[in-house]
Amino acid sequence: MKLLETDIAVIGGGPAGLAAALTAYNKGAKVTIIERDFELGGILQQCIHNGFGLTYFKEELTGPEYAEKFIAMVKQTNIEVLLDSMVIDLSSDKTITSMNPQKGLMKIKAKAVILAMGCRERTRGAINVPGTRPAGIYNAGTAQRLVNMEGYMPGKRIVILGSGDIGLIMARRMTLEGVKILCVAEILPYCSGLVRNFVQCLQDYDIPLYLSHTITEIRGTKRVEEVVISEVDERWMPIKGTEKIFKCDTVLFSVGLIPENEISLKAGVELDKTNGPMVNEYLETSVPGIFACGNVLQVHDLVDWVTMEAERAGENAYNYCTNQDRKGKLLKSIQTIPGENVGYIVPQRIQYLKDPKTVQFSFRPKIPDKECIIEFVSKGKIFDKRKAKHIIPSEMIIHKIAIKPEDMGENITINIRKNPKSIKEES
Amino acid sequence: MFDIAIIGGGVTGCAIARWLSKYELKTILIEKHEDVASETSKANSAIIHAGYDAPEGTLRSKMNVKGNPMFDQAQKELCFEFKRVGSFVVGFNDDDMKVLHKEKAQADKFKIPAEVITDIKRIKTMEPNISDKVIGVFYAPTAGIVWPFGLTIALAENAHNNGVKFLFSSPVTDIQRNEHGFIIQAGKNQVETQVIINAAGVFADEIANMAGAAEFTIAPRKGEYILMDRNVVPINHILFPTPTPISKGILVCPTVEGHTFIGPNAQDIDNKEDLSTSSAGLNEIIVGGRKLLPSIPIRLAITNFAGIRAISNKNGEFVIGQSKVDGFINAAGICSPGLSSCLAVAEYITETVKQYTSLRLEEKANWNPIRLPQKRLSEMNEDELSNAIKKRPQWGRVICRCETVTEAEIVDAIHRPIGAHSMDMIKKRLRPGMGRCQGGFCTPKILKILSREMDLPVTKIMKNDTGSPMVIGRLKQLESLPWKGDRP
Repeated sequence: MKLLETDIAVIGGGPAGLAAALTAYNKGAKVTIIERDFELGGILQQCIHNGFGLTYFKEELTGPEYAEKFIAMVKQTNIEVLLDSMVIDLSSDKTITSMNPQKGLMKIKAKAVILAMGCRERTRGAINVPGTRPAGIYNAGTAQRLVNMEGYMPGKRIVILGSGDIGLIMARRMTLEGVKILCVAEILPYCSGLVRNFVQCLQDYDIPLYLSHTITEIRGTKRVEEVVISEVDERWMPIKGTEKIFKCDTVLFSVGLIPENEISLKAGVELDKTNGPMVNEYLETSVPGIFACGNVLQVHDLVDWVTMEAERAGENAYNYCTNQDRKGKLLKSIQTIPGENVGYIVPQRIQYLKDPKTVQFSFRPKIPDKECIIEFVSKGKIFDKRKAKHIIPSEMIIHKIAIKPEDMGENITINIRKNPKSIKEES
Repeated sequence: MFDIAIIGGGVTGCAIARWLSKYELKTILIEKHEDVASETSKANSAIIHAGYDAPEGTLRSKMNVKGNPMFDQAQKELCFEFKRVGSFVVGFNDDDMKVLHKEKAQADKFKIPAEVITDIKRIKTMEPNISDKVIGVFYAPTAGIVWPFGLTIALAENAHNNGVKFLFSSPVTDIQRNEHGFIIQAGKNQVETQVIINAAGVFADEIANMAGAAEFTIAPRKGEYILMDRNVVPINHILFPTPTPISKGILVCPTVEGHTFIGPNAQDIDNKEDLSTSSAGLNEIIVGGRKLLPSIPIRLAITNFAGIRAISNKNGEFVIGQSKVDGFINAAGICSPGLSSCLAVAEYITETVKQYTSLRLEEKANWNPIRLPQKRLSEMNEDELSNAIKKRPQWGRVICRCETVTEAEIVDAIHRPIGAHSMDMIKKRLRPGMGRCQGGFCTPKILKILSREMDLPVTKIMKNDTGSPMVIGRLKQLESLPWKGDRP
């Protein structure tokens, strides 16, 4: 068996892994990327639509173009890239077991590990959609791979469940290939994808979006034949008598993404209820020296944010393995608590606090709202607040907040509240 | 001209085929679908019951009591996944406890190891996540869980290796008598045989009618299930609620692979092919499952599915043995505990052939009871795996990340006897697509491997039977040719 040693092993060569690896390498670390696919770039390679890079590169790129910018940079470096390589084990002492057909079984001993495995799609089974189980039921991302990378058509008449971004993008993509998208059904009373995707992918092509609707039955024995969708009440229970039947051969599910942390669990990494790892302000998991970034940590709306988060993880991992550590500075652990209308928060804890410092918080609201105030609360006091004109769950909120040790109690709660006009804004 | 034609490639038909393969007989198994284990044998509770609960004196009871111990030797010979994990019947009140003691008395009568446990501490040690409301359990340690596809495929492969012919995708539409026996119209084929064994599951009554042996009817009774991800609610035993006179109730059960499932409910239906699940049914089993195991996180469900039990109109009793038509033998009405009974039923049917037909059952000199399973990554240590990859690089490529299945295993499954040629056949043999991503990542890769190995365009690869293509065409300008690559 091959034994390899490296400073930083990055698991996953998608946008998060690429940016984390480059940052750590540019700081001076020896870096190894382990990627399961035949090429770098991750899911970006199948996202042939544009809209990537507006924030990070200030230009509009397709997914492969965005990936290619980083791949080209990696090629200029001595970063070791292991392709076609699956990680099959990760231990808490940061030894990775991986294999590929050419090099065989490998042990990779690293000083720090960056988790960048991305996410997977929630399935029909996870949301318990009833009916039969014929051919023609796909997750939107699988269909995207079949169409954009393999050149196969999953079907001709399609119903999409879930207005997540991949579903919306696929509605447009399949329409351009001559497919009839009969409708998109969304159980929530609002579109769960980005507004621009709703406009550009559905409205522009006259594809109906049924809000507060879900699939109540899939019919067909060999191939999908019909789909029944029904309106739901506030408790998401189907309302009798609202059934609509669509004759179709395919159903696509775009019902959410789940951080893929099965490898992390093998090292004993503690997970949040989002299935992402619990991290501190350095994006370090509960296992010292194992960091996480990108969609394996939290599902992002824009790849640009993934890149920026991964750069932080790369820098922090470099600092960790060069002992520019936080040793001796660990004063207390402050938990972050999602308060009113907050779904989750990254980081879940702040562990190192001696002098005042700035911490980046990312979180999502549970429900859409307008004219809001985001409050950062500790010791029962609001120590910072920000205005938010529009908030929707599909868009991540990111704020850098100054933290002063003397203001901090055991935890920090973030609330998103309606802005009462009576409250005057502080500076 | 065959000596024996078995109609139906479920676990019962395959067990019979394997038992008859011991003898110098020309045997054929005719199956409607593309694979064995395609109906009732593919969607059931996968339990080898201890054998105490069917009414005394019935064939269901006799076959279960006899069949359960037969699994040890069969497992040694055929190498399928089977674990004697033991079962609990859970009691919540005094009335339940009366039933539990009755079950204990019945188990004693059959000499089935069993005990009633009322020491809550001990129950909680054995099954930490069980409901706090439990006041006692009836424990039957010989109950087991099995991988039902694996069992059926193992039986079929061993039968095949011992000379039984298999005819797939060939629904039986007509049976005529002639001077030698029967002529069966099976798909496009005519099969001439001296003896028919009817193991056609929910359709066994229709097959019997075709042969003029109408003596019973089969009513389909649907059961729905929800399968949970691995390790989310670890349980050690099969958990039954206290039974009612009509049903064993909704149970919570581990699988041999470390998943947990809940179900089944019981719904009498009209359509024998209605495998749909319903919101009401799924809710019913969630409520039922939570009574035993309150902590089931339904959001971590992997999939839901339904199976159909074949209930005979003979009070739900097995209809097995000689029919009123000479040479036509039934192995029908096999509802619960059918899986537990399959080996005993095979032996019973073999005796029936000896007694009631003119066929002479001479033992084969070279019959091989051993079926070697295909080599699996999960069974290799690191050195073995390293060497395997050196010799054959496909061992180094993981295709299914959820269940860790390599390209080598998929290729092997395609080229074995009764080789896999559809997505579901690969899934039943190796489990890709059964895990938490439900095939999201591996489907495109497996399609390409199947295309290459079968020399068929991807557009011709089916989910299961003919008429279930996975994709319906190529993008506009691309040709539909078999995929020829070494990097799927």
